Amino acid sequence: MLSGIRRYLIRKTFVYVLTFFSAVTIDWLIPRLMPGNPISIMMSRFASLPEASKYMYSYFMESFGLDKPLWVQYINFWKAVLHGDLGISTYMYPKPVADIIKDALPYDIAILLPAITLSWIVGNWLGAIAGKNKKLDSFLMPVFYFLTASPYFWFAIVLAYILGAKLDLLPISGAYSYGIMPSLSLEFIVDFLKHWILPFLSLFLVMLGGWAIGMRNMIIYEVEADYVRYLEALGASEKTLMKHAFRNAILPQVTGLALQLGTMVAGALTTEIVFSYPGIGYILMQGILNQDYFLIQGCFLVIVISVLVANFIIDLLYAVIDPRVRFSFTEGE
Amino acid sequence: MAMLTVEDLKIYYSTPLGHVKAVDGVSFEVKEGEVFGIAGESGCGKSTLVHSLILRKPPMVHMGGRALFKGKDLMTLSPEESKKIRYTELSIIPQYAMNALNPTKKIKDIVWDLAKEHGYTDREEVEKLLRERLSMVKLSPKVADMYPVELSGGMRQRATMVVSTLLNPDLLIADEVTSALDVTTQRVVIELLHHFMKEGIVKSIIFVTHDLALLDKIADRVMILYAGKVVEIGSTEEVINNPAHPYTRLLINSLPRMGVQYKKQKLKGIPGYPISLLNPPKGCRFYTRCPYALDKCPSEEPKLVKVGNEHYAACHLLGGESQ
Amino acid sequence: MKSEKLRIALKNRKFKVGVAIIVFFALFALIGPLVTPFDQLGYYPVKLHKMLLLKRSTPNLPPMSHDVIYAPGREINVTHYLGTDSFGRDLYAQVVYGLRNSLIVGLIGGGIATFVGLTIGFLAGYRGGWTDEILMMITNIMLVIPTMALLIIIAAYMSTRGVIIESIIIGLTAWPWTARAIRAQTLSLKNREFVHLAKLAGLSDLKIIIGEILPNITSYVFMVFILQFGGAILAAIGLDFIGLGPTRGISLGIILQNAVLWNAINLGYWWWAIPPGLIIALFITGLYFVNIGLEEVFNPRLRRE
Repeated sequence: MLSGIRRYLIRKTFVYVLTFFSAVTIDWLIPRLMPGNPISIMMSRFASLPEASKYMYSYFMESFGLDKPLWVQYINFWKAVLHGDLGISTYMYPKPVADIIKDALPYDIAILLPAITLSWIVGNWLGAIAGKNKKLDSFLMPVFYFLTASPYFWFAIVLAYILGAKLDLLPISGAYSYGIMPSLSLEFIVDFLKHWILPFLSLFLVMLGGWAIGMRNMIIYEVEADYVRYLEALGASEKTLMKHAFRNAILPQVTGLALQLGTMVAGALTTEIVFSYPGIGYILMQGILNQDYFLIQGCFLVIVISVLVANFIIDLLYAVIDPRVRFSFTEGE
Repeated sequence: MAMLTVEDLKIYYSTPLGHVKAVDGVSFEVKEGEVFGIAGESGCGKSTLVHSLILRKPPMVHMGGRALFKGKDLMTLSPEESKKIRYTELSIIPQYAMNALNPTKKIKDIVWDLAKEHGYTDREEVEKLLRERLSMVKLSPKVADMYPVELSGGMRQRATMVVSTLLNPDLLIADEVTSALDVTTQRVVIELLHHFMKEGIVKSIIFVTHDLALLDKIADRVMILYAGKVVEIGSTEEVINNPAHPYTRLLINSLPRMGVQYKKQKLKGIPGYPISLLNPPKGCRFYTRCPYALDKCPSEEPKLVKVGNEHYAACHLLGGESQ
Repeated sequence: MKSEKLRIALKNRKFKVGVAIIVFFALFALIGPLVTPFDQLGYYPVKLHKMLLLKRSTPNLPPMSHDVIYAPGREINVTHYLGTDSFGRDLYAQVVYGLRNSLIVGLIGGGIATFVGLTIGFLAGYRGGWTDEILMMITNIMLVIPTMALLIIIAAYMSTRGVIIESIIIGLTAWPWTARAIRAQTLSLKNREFVHLAKLAGLSDLKIIIGEILPNITSYVFMVFILQFGGAILAAIGLDFIGLGPTRGISLGIILQNAVLWNAINLGYWWWAIPPGLIIALFITGLYFVNIGLEEVFNPRLRRE
């Protein structure tokens, strides 16, 4: 008989492998399912450049392999993906899509990672306070709801308008100033951080609302749970009761982290557009506006894989912190 | 010597529609060294009664009467004083004993969190005691290092009993601890409670149940509650072999067979439902279901009448005006 | 909903505030277009013989500005309640028609997502066994793939997109969490006595689901729909904002995209960039309030008033 944790991990890994498989298949299938001809749209870009046009045409024919049977096209697509070949951008011709994404990805990580972790920590903390303090709750809760109801990019616009345009406190465009070259100098780092604050802050605040609401509701449930009533009956202090309730309320919030990841990444994409922050979101919109289909497909794949990997890490973490996954009592063991 | 003396205790629930008189003028005494049984149908106020001794939170309100525990009135203790005596002197095994332990904390951590709030400073010593007691209830001492989720329901029940009695409380309240259990586990629980008494871990027990047959096995004296009032009180033997109140008689007759418990079959036999405790009638609260109701029953409240040696019942059929 | 629950709901402050917000914006979307002479893109249509001229106002006017539109042979006085954008188009008209489209997306997209999630959740929970395994596997896969990424790649390959199509693809990608939640609810109801009775009585699965299980979770389904409604609106506004909205017509996301692309923030045209999102944020706050209000009604443990 398998132990709890092994069963859990095998099941999870199976789902993730299947998901990866589905995602690549979707990436391959969608362009072939849709009416219209993306190749002719992309080719129209090169109407004035006969040399490039010729090269791109043969490249497209080869990579889409439209003259070959479907299953060969499918296998070729997998081969390319596994080699990290995501095609060539038409918009930034002749740059490979993989290179464009590689340049953009660090910016996404720079704003998303701190925004997610910090909003999670602060949001849970504020939510727990609101959950146990009814007076604070009555005015904190509407604020949390408003934050989580705001479209990410709109909240970014509001911050950019107030803190950037009106008060002129912070820059609202790009990842660093125009005339400055990326280096490890103090000047660059300060400049980079200044550009980083607003995209980070707007993501942080919107995310925070969601975590706080989740925690608030969990705490209200947990303080009524049997084990808390028991501790209370045996004379435990308010502090101990909250400690125990918090420990259990935080667990669903870890699962929530995995579930919300996709939405948060999507929020970052749109936020980058507001600040012309050169991450995946920004280049994705360039791809969309310029109908650069390789770029769009590449972005899709990278986003899905990142979310998948992050999800997997969270699932592993969850198995470590929730003893119910590790030790669940099973009859006969 | 009395461990607990309850006098004319009134515990109501405040609701938007008015007060629900869940416990309405109840008096009794729990002696040192005895198991005191409280029985009645669900909703009779037995759970409210024992919980009010531990902790009163809205909507539960204390409307009158006293509950003297070792000389101190539990109803007027400050929250701080009350916290101090809970667990060390007055403890409870709750109805939900199987789920009473936080599933994500190790049992030794739960115990330590409780012990250190009651002035204990030596963690080693507390854990050693915990392991000893676990062995005593035939659990492995290793259970101390386990999470409750690793244990079966029956094991969790025993673990909770150990946790509740760890600091040798004088009075232990066992609230419907057997209602969710199968017959075998019920017997184990009863044996353990006997054992706790014998070893001097607890001095007295209040055993709350809806199962009269079970009280026959454990309680020295019993009190029967109906709709927030005491209908009969006396030694277990007297009450069960010689019931005076019609309600007690019906309760006993509705048992499948004396001495044999069939799960969840106990009170099906009594027709009708208990009255609403929002606006209880002036007179006897049982008259709506009583096969022997007299003319004065709806209007005059019967008083407790002595019917035997330390055996009292509240019914007009028994005559007598004196208490 | 039972009348007693409704009475408690009407006493719940959050529920009342939420309903008030929703009704206000719904009425605004219904009536709002009637009080503006501008079309949905913010142009002033002028009929000239058989031609329809689309006239513009002065660009970048702040809210409540008065302006004159010159049509052949006459001058028309107009008021721009929310000002104009950098192309001289009326923003009030764009916002009010955009809100209308947002609500349509919410209703259709949220409706489809609820329906699909409900069906899959019911089937998985009620049938169990392999049906359950397979449906939950699909659900879990869909749950991990970021919905927005999926929407982007589908929408990007559509040469023409309308509001309805957008609603449908949003609805078809947003159901997974609903399926999981409904499955859990079904599982807990499946073993209740009344379902066993219905089975003994020989009712078909469909009849049992519709006749016995569904009525017991209507309030829950309604709350799910409220969340899906809000989710669909947020998904659509994001999709529109990155340039994958309806190819014809207007939406709040498109207004905001234009505002950002044409530098409204830097130039201080707040009336272009702030109101469209504010309306959505308030509307969805209203939805959440109704949802938490109802949860408090059905689940007294959450009550705080």
